[in-house]
Amino acid sequence: MTTTPTLLEVEEVGTPVAAGGSPASARRILRIVTRDKGALACVLFLAIVVLMAVAAPLITKLSGWGPYAFDSAAIDSSLGGVPRGALGGISGEHWFGVEPQNGRDLFARIVYGARVSITISLSATVLTGVLGVVLGMLAGFYRGWVDQVISRVMDFLMAFPALIFMIAILSSLPAGNRPVLLVVVISAFGWPYLARVIRGQTMTLAGREFVEAARASGAKDLQVVFREILPNLRGSIVVMTTLAIPGYIGTEAGLSFLGVGVSPPTASWGQMISSSVSWYSVDPMFFAIPGAFLFLTVLSLTVLGDKIRTAIDQGEAAS
Amino acid sequence: MTRYVLARLGGVVVILLAVCLFTYLIFFKLSPDPAVMICGKTCTPERIDSIRSVLGLNQPILTQFGEFLRGIVAGRDYGAVHCPAPCLGYSFQTNESVWSMLTSRLPVSITVAVGAAVLWLLAGVIGGLVSAVKQGTWWDRTAMALALGGVSVPNYVLALVLQYVLVVKLQVLPFPSAPAFGDDPVLWFESYLMPWVVLAVGYACLYARLTRSNVIDTLSENYYRTARAKGLGGALIMRRHALRPALTPIATIFGMDFAGLLGGALITETVFGLNGIGKLAADSIAKNDQPVIMAVTLLAAFFVVIGNVVVDLVYTALDPRVRVVSA
Amino acid sequence: MSDELFVVEDLTVTTSTGRGPVDVVKNVSFTVGRDETLGIVGESGSGKSMTALAVLGLLPRGARTSGSVRLDGTELLGRSDRELRPIRGNAISMVFQDPLSSLNPYYTVGLQIEEMYRTHRGGSRKAARQVVIEALEQVRIPDAGRRIDQYPHQFSGGMRQRVMIAMALCCSPSLLIADEPTTALDVTVQAQILELLAELQSTTGTGMIFITHDLAVISSIAQRVLVMRSGDPVEYGTAEQVFSDPQHDYTRMLLDAVPRIDDEVAS
Repeated sequence: MTTTPTLLEVEEVGTPVAAGGSPASARRILRIVTRDKGALACVLFLAIVVLMAVAAPLITKLSGWGPYAFDSAAIDSSLGGVPRGALGGISGEHWFGVEPQNGRDLFARIVYGARVSITISLSATVLTGVLGVVLGMLAGFYRGWVDQVISRVMDFLMAFPALIFMIAILSSLPAGNRPVLLVVVISAFGWPYLARVIRGQTMTLAGREFVEAARASGAKDLQVVFREILPNLRGSIVVMTTLAIPGYIGTEAGLSFLGVGVSPPTASWGQMISSSVSWYSVDPMFFAIPGAFLFLTVLSLTVLGDKIRTAIDQGEAAS
Repeated sequence: MTRYVLARLGGVVVILLAVCLFTYLIFFKLSPDPAVMICGKTCTPERIDSIRSVLGLNQPILTQFGEFLRGIVAGRDYGAVHCPAPCLGYSFQTNESVWSMLTSRLPVSITVAVGAAVLWLLAGVIGGLVSAVKQGTWWDRTAMALALGGVSVPNYVLALVLQYVLVVKLQVLPFPSAPAFGDDPVLWFESYLMPWVVLAVGYACLYARLTRSNVIDTLSENYYRTARAKGLGGALIMRRHALRPALTPIATIFGMDFAGLLGGALITETVFGLNGIGKLAADSIAKNDQPVIMAVTLLAAFFVVIGNVVVDLVYTALDPRVRVVSA
Repeated sequence: MSDELFVVEDLTVTTSTGRGPVDVVKNVSFTVGRDETLGIVGESGSGKSMTALAVLGLLPRGARTSGSVRLDGTELLGRSDRELRPIRGNAISMVFQDPLSSLNPYYTVGLQIEEMYRTHRGGSRKAARQVVIEALEQVRIPDAGRRIDQYPHQFSGGMRQRVMIAMALCCSPSLLIADEPTTALDVTVQAQILELLAELQSTTGTGMIFITHDLAVISSIAQRVLVMRSGDPVEYGTAEQVFSDPQHDYTRMLLDAVPRIDDEVAS
């Protein structure tokens, strides 16, 4: 996180919208996205990745090799374990080639790696989303000491060298439930960026007429927060979270790359890239395939998030 | 103004103390017994006990923490060894003074950060500016598409690709080795070039997008229209009525990003094997060298927090609206 | 060459929108004599501001113009940005509606007037500073020597508009275009600014186009009136004709909407 800038850290996300309007209407966003060829390509690629993640066991049954099966016939032990054949051993049998040294099927590992990446990043997104929205709304709505406490915690977390700390904490914990730990650690340092925006927008919204009207008609605080304010934050939340997912995928891969993410033999894209480092001069495909999947997934999500943001901003400008 | 600065510095100390305490507690709880680690394989219970008492490990955790803080300010003694004033302890692995480890590694991290910052500012701001001026042309669309792509490349992937292409295949660059500038300026430049580029790409793309949108916003401001209605043109209107307002917010973001990098570009330094603070962090974590982990965490937090204050002060100087309100 | 200072003939402004090109100003013609004030009246969106911007070539991107705009017989329409620069602020200057957003927050008001003066007249900063102080005194900003070094946000709304007027007049233009200069101000301040504009106009002999949605304001300041509605010129004539004998229903409707002073007293 300290070394990977993400879009949402610097670019301000849409201002809160006027009451009554339906800015983030899912149908309009859908219409804009389906009209855009680039966005459509992103959706298509992401759909493939998600499909791979969901149906991993089924897919590897079709392709013939599981993620942990060694195939010593596919590597050349006399050359130090380099895959036989061109392009890292790509063949009808091993669609993406094999790992050097042990001959594990790369396609199967990519498919299972997608599972890890998607599960971890989506869970982290949900957890950060909930934490960021709830705490941000609390701070913005109640102000006073509640705001003071939450804001100071946010300052503290944002001043923290998150990457160093994440690595340190993950490396000193037992390896057992790594995915859960990854989600918790990523979310713990991720929520302030969302909460900061939500807090500011809640403050603006809390002063609006429709909120005062709701209060005047006897609504309780919680009702005001969830029925009046939350729906108006929908646009920002959608944009912030879509732009956050690629960041979390990158963070997970980065941590796995540094050797503190999911532990072998479980496959993860970052961890595959990490183990390819010592082989990249003799077997570049071992690096190129997970690298390309990671890049394309992050790119698709970033582009999509950007398109959604533009769609919502235009909607706000028009309303 | 002085009072404001003092209040901010007070806040800095509080945040740093919190970071310190938090890190200390977490590692105290999580880590294996440091005495056993220092002692090594040929160890007797007596030696462990003596190490414990020298390090003060037999005292309550908060007392130990107090000792740690006192060491930073006033220095402390480990048995017969005196550790002079900014004392961050000694590495469990090499017995080196942690403070001298930091100071010897810092120049590398600063070189990496400064070089990358120069690159990304130049590329990002100029690219964004050209895009804004040529808004809607193929140049703009291509540049912004590339920028989205650049934001999406994880830096270790980029680092490995560059290394493969430039070092292994084309052999136009040597493998980075962080030589001193004075020994061989050419090698120095060639060594740092890839780390600079790798770090700069992500930021440059981000800054290009930001600059573009800020400049476009500024060009539609009423005061820009006023400036045109006054008959201003050329460099003057661009500099005063477009760039100054558009770039001032970017200066503050830059301050924060740069401060973050001073604490070590962990991934980049590790991939390229540069002995900066980031690699020190990675190494110390791998070996569970607690005093060093503590020190790099604190140093990184120090840069971020101080960077925050500096940015606020600079912003006050750059934006007259803020300046007059706080006075 | 006619002795009219400023002539606009058949001015049409077309902007491109998402739904294709739209004429936001249609065949507008008017003249402004020396020493004369023309009032352009209309609701928001009637094309009156677009008319003003078209005169100086300040229309937003993608807008096209046709017709003729002449100052002292010189055609302005269709000239390049570079050709128009010596005219903007110098021969024709403009005062905008919102004085706060129309001034650059990053620079002192002195510098913002000075940069314009020196662009057109050259000279040293020191000499320009003296001119700026005089310009500020002319619009009755007290303590001009000190306030010249202050930033726009340190001025009140009325004072800011005075700064804008000082800026607009400091190169002694032959035509001043004031686009809703009092709309964003308090009522009492409005009156002061109007009085100031009228007075400065009579002492400097500048021709003026005064754009507003408020007929009451026009009646006190303009000799000629152009009424616009959704881009069309509805009625054009001397103030007397338009106010006493309006030819068009729309003008009558606007006139009826104006609160009379005697009405207010009666109620």
